[in-house]
Amino acid sequence: MPNVDATTTNGTSRARPLDEVMTGANGPGAPPLRVEGGRRGGKRSGEPTPRSYYDLPVLNKPVWGAPDIPGYLFLGGLAGAGAVVSAAAQLTGRRELARSTKVVNAGAIGLSLFALVHDLGRRGRFLNMLRVFKVTSPMSVGSWLLAGFAPAVAGAAISELTGRVKPIGAMATAGAAALGPAVATYTAALISDTAVPAWHDGHTVMPFVFASSAVTSAAGLGLALAPVAESGPLKPLGALAGLAELGLTKAMEKKTGLAETTYHEGRAGMLMGASELLLVCGAALTATSGRSRTRRAAGGMAVFTGSLLTRFGIFEAGNASTQRPEYTVEPQRRRVKDRSNGREDGRG
Amino acid sequence: MSIAASARNRFDNGQDAAGASGYRDAPPRMGFFTDTSVCIGCKACEVACKEWNRVPEDGLDFTGMSYDNTVGLSADTWRHVAFIEQRKPLAAQVTGRDGPAERPVTVEDAAEGLRWLMSSDVCKHCTEAACLDVCPTGSLFRTEFGTVVVQEDICNGCGYCVPACPFGVIDQRHGDGRVWKCTLCYDRLGVGAEPACAKSCPTDSIQFGPLDELRQRADRRLAQLHSRGVADARLYGRDPADGIGGAGAFFLLLDEPEVYGLPPDPVVTTRDLPSMWKLVAVAASSVLLAVGTAFAGAGRHQGGAR
Repeated sequence: MPNVDATTTNGTSRARPLDEVMTGANGPGAPPLRVEGGRRGGKRSGEPTPRSYYDLPVLNKPVWGAPDIPGYLFLGGLAGAGAVVSAAAQLTGRRELARSTKVVNAGAIGLSLFALVHDLGRRGRFLNMLRVFKVTSPMSVGSWLLAGFAPAVAGAAISELTGRVKPIGAMATAGAAALGPAVATYTAALISDTAVPAWHDGHTVMPFVFASSAVTSAAGLGLALAPVAESGPLKPLGALAGLAELGLTKAMEKKTGLAETTYHEGRAGMLMGASELLLVCGAALTATSGRSRTRRAAGGMAVFTGSLLTRFGIFEAGNASTQRPEYTVEPQRRRVKDRSNGREDGRG
Repeated sequence: MSIAASARNRFDNGQDAAGASGYRDAPPRMGFFTDTSVCIGCKACEVACKEWNRVPEDGLDFTGMSYDNTVGLSADTWRHVAFIEQRKPLAAQVTGRDGPAERPVTVEDAAEGLRWLMSSDVCKHCTEAACLDVCPTGSLFRTEFGTVVVQEDICNGCGYCVPACPFGVIDQRHGDGRVWKCTLCYDRLGVGAEPACAKSCPTDSIQFGPLDELRQRADRRLAQLHSRGVADARLYGRDPADGIGGAGAFFLLLDEPEVYGLPPDPVVTTRDLPSMWKLVAVAASSVLLAVGTAFAGAGRHQGGAR
């Protein structure tokens, strides 16, 4: 009798009983093969088995690209808070600071608009953003905010550089300062208003993270650009906002519960770690810079870069949290359990 | 009364999904009831959907995940049949929709305790749809049938709906840039036809009809299964008081939702948006306050002196 594969021979002994045949069922058996190039992430070895369909993510990964979107989160904050700094500088007679920040604001918002359009799947349709106004969509609200803010910032910068139409320039500066804080913070609602665990579950603190991060970046850059004689107010502002950003970010991370680990692992972990270091060192350097232009500039650039990395870190953590089904499933399971326990208590 | 129901706010669409969107004399809300207890995993729904809607091919992979080679819902898979192999008795898979089986299926029948769950997943057409809420262009809209549909001539591919969906349904199509998902065959509904997947389903696992009627039918089916000892049977997305206001496409499952890759208790993210806006307003004011305080504290610039 030729050697026949036991599994293909009719009824050949029960060397491999049916319940030991390799299946996808729980228990021993080879893990399922992965789709080539994996449309979705797979299970990582050595981790507790999360309960989901073949350990696949429940959520779809955001399709927003880097550096476009995290870059916009940062630049929008920079220009938004920067517009307030420009107006305050102008009001208090700090001409150089007002001038340089106005130019920076216009550049930042120009880059922002480019990044936002660049990230669209259909760039030619970017004007559809202004087709409707929906308060249920932070992106719609933001589009309208930018539609007012960008021309104001551009007008302020052009008037400043050309020295013409000063009344319009002053109005544009004031308008930009009025809209700036909203531009700097609405993006927190934008990313929190998703099912992404590392973003949504931090939604009560995220606006304050973004607010402080925006002020940090604007103050930091102002410290680097303005002469010592004019950057006095930015010294405490940059140092304190940097420290506030650090503390608020930690508080926001805590709020995300299980998904907090995404802020400490992988690329997001590296970014957040570097951000922390830069914010602490930058704040210390800024606070102790005395009247040294170099030290102020170094401290300012450190907190500025720290703020930039915070935004990129938050972006990466959110993406990563969608790829782990347990961050979606576990909190929901707990909620269901608590609710059914509560119901039993209610009856008893 | 659930937590979800008490958390209702003015962003809520209520149960009259089409009426709340401004339709007058809208037809009854239409939906799917997918009874997975009679799904045989034939994938006719996947094929019919692809053909009718001209959904492009998106890779012919062998995944090793039982008979599932489409992995999950995506821009190019609008019906997805999940295959789950479990070491549990098969008794739960009594079919016989039109009456009791000849004799109850016993554990001994169940191939030594191996059961095979199959379930055809689809867009849930939520009453409170996050994708629809966050869409900035108005491309996603509520139809007169209460379903949620993308207008491909409006969508600019901003991608906001993708992370907003608590089920991981809607996605961006590579090389196209726009987002795509189940339309509940809006074009067929308009002429009184049923969606392609329901039409092709040989066991009526996918049932199409007015949502009210489907809910009643599902309740009867659940009671029937429970009376036959299938204690695992449960409805998913049936409850209008859940976190999405009830699904327009709901399911009868034979295990926990997450086993099928479904979130156990999804809540539409926009329920928290009113409080987010309030906090954004406070945070924005704090920016003004912080900068204002810093400059007020330092006083007016005195030409060179600090």
